[in-house]
Amino acid sequence: MTRFNEMRLGVVASIPMIVGGIPFGLLFGSLASSYGLSPWFAIAMSSMVFAGSAQFVAIGLISIDAPLWVIVSTTFIVNLRHLLYAADLVKYVKQLPMRLRILMGFGLIDETYAAVRPLYGNGVINTVTGHRAYIGSFLAFYVMWNVTTLLGVLSGELIPGMSEWGLEFAMVATFISIITPYLKAAPFWLAAVSAALASVVLVDLPNNLGLLVSAIIAVSVGYFADLALQRAKASKDSASRSTTSKDVEVEL
Amino acid sequence: MSALDSLWVIAGMFVVTFGVRFVLFARAHKVVMPGFLDRALKFVPVAVLTSIITPMIFVSQHQLNVSYDNPWLLGGVAAFVVGLWKQQQLLTIVVGVVVFFIAKYAFS
Repeated sequence: MTRFNEMRLGVVASIPMIVGGIPFGLLFGSLASSYGLSPWFAIAMSSMVFAGSAQFVAIGLISIDAPLWVIVSTTFIVNLRHLLYAADLVKYVKQLPMRLRILMGFGLIDETYAAVRPLYGNGVINTVTGHRAYIGSFLAFYVMWNVTTLLGVLSGELIPGMSEWGLEFAMVATFISIITPYLKAAPFWLAAVSAALASVVLVDLPNNLGLLVSAIIAVSVGYFADLALQRAKASKDSASRSTTSKDVEVEL
Repeated sequence: MSALDSLWVIAGMFVVTFGVRFVLFARAHKVVMPGFLDRALKFVPVAVLTSIITPMIFVSQHQLNVSYDNPWLLGGVAAFVVGLWKQQQLLTIVVGVVVFFIAKYAFS
């Protein structure tokens, strides 16, 4: 496969989430301008930080004059989930040169992980050239995010009240479209239900900590359910094996 | 906010965001992932993304809102049902967003 075709695989897998990201980027730009932040600041944040939900939390904090350390540590906590994505991708990047790993690290967002990880999983791309699909997805999201931020800043100045349209629902719909394909086995359902319950119960914890705690609870629930299911299967298999061997004895 | 403050905010956010994403990639050739971690990590997307969106859907102004005229709930349920049923990402997003906006303008 040519380099271009592999990059295109990543772009194509990203298209639905790019559609979902457009309103979200417009909203970010328009919110930044409604908070009185300079257009350059919004554009610098989208191009240098490139982290959708963390950018929203950060400009919210800036608008209430939160100190620098609160803004930076909250960004850290909101983005900690990317460490878990990186841990899952380590096996696919470890043989790549450092400059590619730097680029891929910079571009590691929920959407690119969600678009590209299944391609590795089902064998559409491999460890040798799969990074091209990843980089294609990253570039597509990067261009979309920066263009929509700019348009949002400009239109936010022209159309006051745009930030109250509820454009952030596009993120909710996008994330639901990432979650539902996982919901095929009981452990994933249990993880989703426990994340939903825990995140609502813990929503008032300071600095978005509820998100982190609830994610850890849900991963643990999924993990132990998966383990229990596997053990149940293993013991059923060995039970049926022993019945078969008994049958054989009887026949003998 | 002064230009210098802006610079510090961007620099600080860049360092922690890139740091979190890159630290394991930087050591990737030396990191050995234990088997139990692989089993746990596959639950991360569902766990994290569900934790981000569920409060957005069900909580408004610190109050649980499960009434039928909550557009977030209606849009969320529509996207969820279509996502499970059709397994098509674009359709899931579009149906969710359309239901949300219809509900929002119908109930406002």
